[in-house]
Amino acid sequence: MSTVPTQDLSARGWLPGQTPNNSFSALDFAVPSDFSAYGAAAAVDPAVPLASVLHRQGRALWSAARRVPSGLALAWGVIGLVAAWAAAPGLFTGYSAVSGEAAEARLPPSAAHWLGTDELGRDLLARIIYGASESLTGAFVAVAVGLVLGTLTGLIAGSSRRWVDDLLMRAVDVLLSVPALLVSLSIIILLGFGTTNAAIAVGVASVANFARLARAEVVRVRYTDYVEAAFGSGGRFAAVLWRHVLPNSLTAVLAVSALQFGTAILAISTLGFLGYGAPPPTPEWGLLIAEGRNYIATAWWLTTFPGLVVVAVVIAANRISASLRGEGTR
Amino acid sequence: MSTPEISPDTPSVPLLAVESLSVGYTDARGDARTPVTPVVHGVSFTIRAGEVVALVGESGSGKSTIAQSVIGLLPETGRITAGSIRLNGTDIAGWPQARLDPLRGAVISLVPQDLGHALNPVRTIGAQIAEVFRLHGWRDRRAVREQVLSLLDRVGLPDPALRYRQYPHELSGGMRQRVLIAMAVALRPALIIADEPTSALDVTVQKRVLDLLDDLRREAGTAVLFVTHDLGIAADRADRVVVLQGGQVQEQGDVRQVLTAPAHAYTARLLADAPAFHGPRPSRPARLYADADVVVDGLVQEFSQRSGWAPFSRTQPFRAVDGVSFRVARGTTHALVGESGSGKTTTIRTLLGFTRPTAGTVQVNGLDLATLRHDQVPALRRSIQLVYQNPYGSLDPRQTIAEIVGEPLRNFDPVPKPERLRQVAALIERVGLPQAVLSRPPRALSGGQRQRVAIARALILKPQVVVLDEAVSALDVTVQAQILSLLDELQRDLGLTYVFVSHDLAVVRQIADTVSVLQGGRVVEDGPVEQVFHAPASAYTRDLLAAIPGRARQAA
Amino acid sequence: MIRFLLRRFGQAFVVLWAAFTATFLLLQALPGDAILIKFQSPELGLSPEQIAELRTLYGADSPLWQQYGATLSGFLQGNFGYSLHRGVPVADSLGQALPVTAGLTVLSVIAAVALALLLAAVSALTPLRWLRSALLSVPSLFISIPVFWLGIALIQIFSFRLKLIPVIGAGPWESLILPVATLAVPISAPLAQVLIRSLDAVQTQPFVAVARAKGASRRWVLWRHVLRNAVPPVLALGGVLFGELLAGAVVTETVFGLNGLGRLTEQAVNFQDAAVLQAVVVLAAAGFVTVNLLVDLITPLLDPRLALHRSSLSAGGPA
Repeated sequence: MSTVPTQDLSARGWLPGQTPNNSFSALDFAVPSDFSAYGAAAAVDPAVPLASVLHRQGRALWSAARRVPSGLALAWGVIGLVAAWAAAPGLFTGYSAVSGEAAEARLPPSAAHWLGTDELGRDLLARIIYGASESLTGAFVAVAVGLVLGTLTGLIAGSSRRWVDDLLMRAVDVLLSVPALLVSLSIIILLGFGTTNAAIAVGVASVANFARLARAEVVRVRYTDYVEAAFGSGGRFAAVLWRHVLPNSLTAVLAVSALQFGTAILAISTLGFLGYGAPPPTPEWGLLIAEGRNYIATAWWLTTFPGLVVVAVVIAANRISASLRGEGTR
Repeated sequence: MSTPEISPDTPSVPLLAVESLSVGYTDARGDARTPVTPVVHGVSFTIRAGEVVALVGESGSGKSTIAQSVIGLLPETGRITAGSIRLNGTDIAGWPQARLDPLRGAVISLVPQDLGHALNPVRTIGAQIAEVFRLHGWRDRRAVREQVLSLLDRVGLPDPALRYRQYPHELSGGMRQRVLIAMAVALRPALIIADEPTSALDVTVQKRVLDLLDDLRREAGTAVLFVTHDLGIAADRADRVVVLQGGQVQEQGDVRQVLTAPAHAYTARLLADAPAFHGPRPSRPARLYADADVVVDGLVQEFSQRSGWAPFSRTQPFRAVDGVSFRVARGTTHALVGESGSGKTTTIRTLLGFTRPTAGTVQVNGLDLATLRHDQVPALRRSIQLVYQNPYGSLDPRQTIAEIVGEPLRNFDPVPKPERLRQVAALIERVGLPQAVLSRPPRALSGGQRQRVAIARALILKPQVVVLDEAVSALDVTVQAQILSLLDELQRDLGLTYVFVSHDLAVVRQIADTVSVLQGGRVVEDGPVEQVFHAPASAYTRDLLAAIPGRARQAA
Repeated sequence: MIRFLLRRFGQAFVVLWAAFTATFLLLQALPGDAILIKFQSPELGLSPEQIAELRTLYGADSPLWQQYGATLSGFLQGNFGYSLHRGVPVADSLGQALPVTAGLTVLSVIAAVALALLLAAVSALTPLRWLRSALLSVPSLFISIPVFWLGIALIQIFSFRLKLIPVIGAGPWESLILPVATLAVPISAPLAQVLIRSLDAVQTQPFVAVARAKGASRRWVLWRHVLRNAVPPVLALGGVLFGELLAGAVVTETVFGLNGLGRLTEQAVNFQDAAVLQAVVVLAAAGFVTVNLLVDLITPLLDPRLALHRSSLSAGGPA
């Protein structure tokens, strides 16, 4: 059925009609088309005693946990381990991350130093473990910045009058026309170097993608029959937005947040490598690789292991994002 | 040459013999090791040369799977687990694809359901029809082109040379279906598989397309395997029917015998439920003079057409509804009938207050919609409610049934939660659903159950008027019949007034008291159902009535 | 058609102008004054008067809108201002850096397209399920590898372990092999992913079944029906990939010590050289806009549905 343009009757002009077409077509790629994943159904029947419901849910959770595909379990395991490193690095290594024994400089992996030591005799594993908090906090800040600013922009654009929508999305188009790394570099040149600044820069660079996705989702949901039905049964703007539009559009946005988490770790390590992130001797992963690069001919472990950790974390985050979107149950 | 000899003269060997066919699907990944879910169980039937056999069944009956097996185009996950498919005596069930290729298009061909994607969008109509000839050894380009042009002419497309150059999106649905038929008959095959070939078309177009297919197959003596959910179409077009349910044959035989004296209970129920074979509802003339709940007088609805964001690129306003008038008496059902583009959807959107009329008066329960003030909107919502066509899209997937049905109450006077739940539970029972559904999400319910939920949501505010927008069109006939009888019962008990929008005249005859026939935004005919159906005054109404499948049998 | 072209070009220029204005305002907001930072250091021994003179020379004292006008007209004439760090016109630096980056990126795109086609073709035609699922996971692996680390790893393996490519004194082509490989990997990943998905999506379209029912073989259908329908989504990636390519070039050039645009950008950030960064950003936006424009002009040639009623396209559903 083709939609028919609609004259406004409700105060906000919030009725189904023509979907505004105001995007440059090539940019549309960044928006995943449909998401059909729902959260675990917590079915609560008022007639059934709570204890038995909980029991049933517990069993359901357990059997669900057993059905989790091995790849996904591994992904959660990787993220869990790295999160634990970030929370309590002291539990995982006895070595210091910043001071080392000069006599033990650049030792290859051994029983004492599982991943070897660097040019100052510092244990590489300890530096990676202590670096986890740098990378994870940075990624969290970046995702938070992008998620909050982007979703807000998209939500306002998708639920407002046409000219507001046009204005916001044109601005997003402009932001998208500059490569993310250059946006980040422009922010860094403005704010200066440092972990937080790099994280903010990465976050700002992702605002446009979040805004597009959030807007697309809001527009999709707002033209569904159930949203019209909610208005038709007397629902007010705010109530419908809160009860129907937000919950149904956020699933996709949250799934992309997981994806963005991986991307942010990559971007932050890149900025760290270029020297715009945390200053030495902070054990940030990108910086570790940059420092190890000076000994590339003699100490392969200094660049290899931090890189592998980054790859593992990013793959894990992507895998989790895919499962949130309801893809690939392997 | 692996093609079996086609010899329609030998009556001993049927053209197609499906014997004890069983088909199943592996899971989505198509892993050969996963167990097969069977969907077709030991199905047998035969088709003789020149014969039309209809496979009839509701969704999930396995009818399309059988058709796909016959032409060797099961989805990757599909497996024939047992049985044979004999074409002129040769079992082709186990043949590799490469061996089937020369057969397809030349001996067996397919007329698919046109969902708008049955033709390649980036190639011209001519190239796609010509492909059939090229695939089967025609090399002379000019001869092929001539064949294609004469085919286009034969299937009734005006200006073949123009159609040859056009792309599928430049043709209407009915024209595209004719192109698909042209491709299927191009090489005069022995068997055409027609898989719901007209389900997506308006009834009058459907009739013309089916007539065309009939003519062509008679000319060439082609046999047809007709896959349909519509008993009416089977009755009109087939020599024999095979009734399927749950992947098993319930009954098969001569079409007259099966449809007049069904031997199996399921066939009997299908027949009883099919609106095409129903008489009109008993007339209730007394009610028609009750006060009108809905009055529409000279309604005009225009839309400005905007293209792009340039401010000066406005065009003439588009007039979707042009002077429609009707009135609906309290406690009766008024039907709005028309094909796509007739303005029936626009009319009800105005009734519901989603659009303001451009001109004319519209009154619902005494509220004038043309001058409706913002503070009167709640009163309108309590007077008139809508049940949507698609029960899958009209329920929020993240809410439970109790939340969905209870939501309208939350929008109005604050009712304490226990009281609200009590009302919801009572209504859920009233629409014939078990209490257990209350805590479930919509996706756990079947289509018919969802439509009951949608009806409950519409009724919880105790509106006087309920608008039913193609509310049963998406449902199988047996479910459709159940919902229609529920609606009837609710109307009797609660004194509801219905505005019933449908393209299906058979359903309309079954449920409505009065009817307006719409075409191009105007009412071409209106009056009591009895009168409109038995003594139609306009040519368009007569066309519509003649196109209802199953009429041939009714007359017989 | 003409109106569509005009509108499309108009849009492109608006975006470009907005990107220019945004970077101009952003870099004007730099804390401190780039000129002061550079010339105030006591080693230079410049008197305050001389600094003031320099400020006038660079136009730093005039009102914001005047500077904006001057910069904009300069950009329109190909004059991107002076690099404070290098003390040469930005246009000259760009002119030297551009060929290096152009060579690197063009070769990388060719390599990436070849790699993506290979992955997609093998996974579409292989009957081996395990091989197919293995190939399907390659793009998501490629996308997760930090580019700079990949470059270092390649140097380690091919230069130091296998000693195939000398670190110092390699020929001009030889020295490009590793950078091109480094840059091709992240570009090929989204290409391959979208191509594979697009092929899969088209394969399930009803017209494929119809073509098979006419007697066409799997390969015939793939070449004559599927491929042309599968390409537009891949083309639509153009703009996104252009961004990835530039970002990848910055990192790759840093790792391999190539003096291209990437290196220029890196140094501009290090020395807060706003003029250079603005020129690079505007250049990148111009490239992005051009690529998208080209994609929009090419797509209608592949898909006749896009040729006519462009604006009404995304509005209605199937009629």
